[in-house]
Amino acid sequence: MTQQNQTLVKLENAGVLVNEKWLVRGVSLEIKKGKIITLIGPNGSGKSTTAKITLGLYKNIEGRVEKFTNKIAYVPQKINIDWTLPIRVNDFMNLTSNLKKEEIETALETTGTPHLKNKDLKSLSGGEFQRVLMARAIAKKPELLVLDEPVQGVDFNGEIALYELIKKISDTLNCGILLISHNLHVVMSKTDHVVCLNGHVCCSGTPIDVANNEKYQELFGKDISKILSVYEHSHDHIHKIDGTIEKKEN
Amino acid sequence: MLDDFFVRALLVGIGMALVTGPLGCFVVWRRLSFFGDTLAHSALLGVTLSYTTEINMALSVFVISSIVALILLKLQKKTNLPADALLGLLAHSSLAIGLVVIGLLATIRFDLMGLLFGDILAVNVNDIAVVWIGGAIILMVLRIIWKPLFASTVNYELAEAEGMKPEKYNAIFTILLAAIIAISIKMVGLLLITGMLIIPAAMARNLSDNPNQMVIFSIIGGLLSVFIGLFASLEINTPSGPSIITTGLILFILSLTKIKKKSQLNN
Repeated sequence: MTQQNQTLVKLENAGVLVNEKWLVRGVSLEIKKGKIITLIGPNGSGKSTTAKITLGLYKNIEGRVEKFTNKIAYVPQKINIDWTLPIRVNDFMNLTSNLKKEEIETALETTGTPHLKNKDLKSLSGGEFQRVLMARAIAKKPELLVLDEPVQGVDFNGEIALYELIKKISDTLNCGILLISHNLHVVMSKTDHVVCLNGHVCCSGTPIDVANNEKYQELFGKDISKILSVYEHSHDHIHKIDGTIEKKEN
Repeated sequence: MLDDFFVRALLVGIGMALVTGPLGCFVVWRRLSFFGDTLAHSALLGVTLSYTTEINMALSVFVISSIVALILLKLQKKTNLPADALLGLLAHSSLAIGLVVIGLLATIRFDLMGLLFGDILAVNVNDIAVVWIGGAIILMVLRIIWKPLFASTVNYELAEAEGMKPEKYNAIFTILLAAIIAISIKMVGLLLITGMLIIPAAMARNLSDNPNQMVIFSIIGGLLSVFIGLFASLEINTPSGPSIITTGLILFILSLTKIKKKSQLNN
């Protein structure tokens, strides 16, 4: 077992220039085992680009990316499955790994989608597809998990449950998570470190630090930033992924 | 038994169908049918090369097709032209160069029809060996690269992020395509080889709901096309290559009555 606090990926002053335009520049961050790092920022601020740099999807980058793990799972923002390709959820789960039947079923159960196992991937709704993407990533038992807006198309209760799940994954698998989210207020309480992007690193730190940071407030407006702290309360119940509510056991 | 031209044709056809089945699925999935056409067109140049230098025809076609594929990859990175324009450019210019070279070699008699449409009834024992040994190698390589190739077909970035090295496997797949064209050019000709790749796979798509099933149906479709096409060509005296492709088309039309799950796409 590898130790807590072990660095999985390290970005130093990373940036990407595409068609003579910097998508993002000067990003430094470090993802460690068992920690959740959240990227926030307006549209086009370079969140997905930063995630892709971290994953090594850009060939020519400025700065340095050091990767210390190969066990990576990625949940992209969107995937278009071509109609020409017949593929079921079950086939998709095994896309980049060789999982046992039980492993696939367990992962699908964690995201509340066991009933979709033999469904055609193209027949899923946006929210269902997002959960299957998530299940596939979990099933791989990665050391580094990169989630690009994993709650798109998931309804609000499901969204909270998914974030609870992300926290649980980080605890049980002890993996490092890079999370991209536009829904700041929900995600914050689960995050260890927040990086606020706007073409460059606008500010970073603990969620509270960032929420109180002037630059952050400038970027998002005071009202929105206030919401952040609101969500930091403890639950006496659990929102399950299918939307039902369950009393928390103590 | 191998003395009989019809048995030889059957053997070659079976060998081809076993390989074009799975490869054709990837051609359909990756939308490479025009790419396959381009490689096939450039094969004419390879054939002329083999006549002038007396290299084995399959080998020279393979080399030329691979070079054209590499040029295409380079051009895609260098220019702003869309892929289909580049493919058209390469397909027709390599076909034209091939024909020009044939013109220059006026002393050698070419069976142009045979090159364009193939002549599976004229294959010899050597050709059988080329198809079966070459085909076995292609299938073996495809088996090895199946997982990463399939992953990158579904989603390139996902595959790359999770360490499947899609660029490498896409390149290997391109070489496999050049190889199947090289070994089957003599049997079905450069105008029909893409049909052999696509039509059984397209038929299989209509009947399948998962990738493995589609590969199996694609192979079965190819085998049926070869059997029925060859027998038809023997019985009613039609050209063999086109008869095989026409049979494939008929199977495809029959499969339209059984399309799986298309309705889900429409609602």
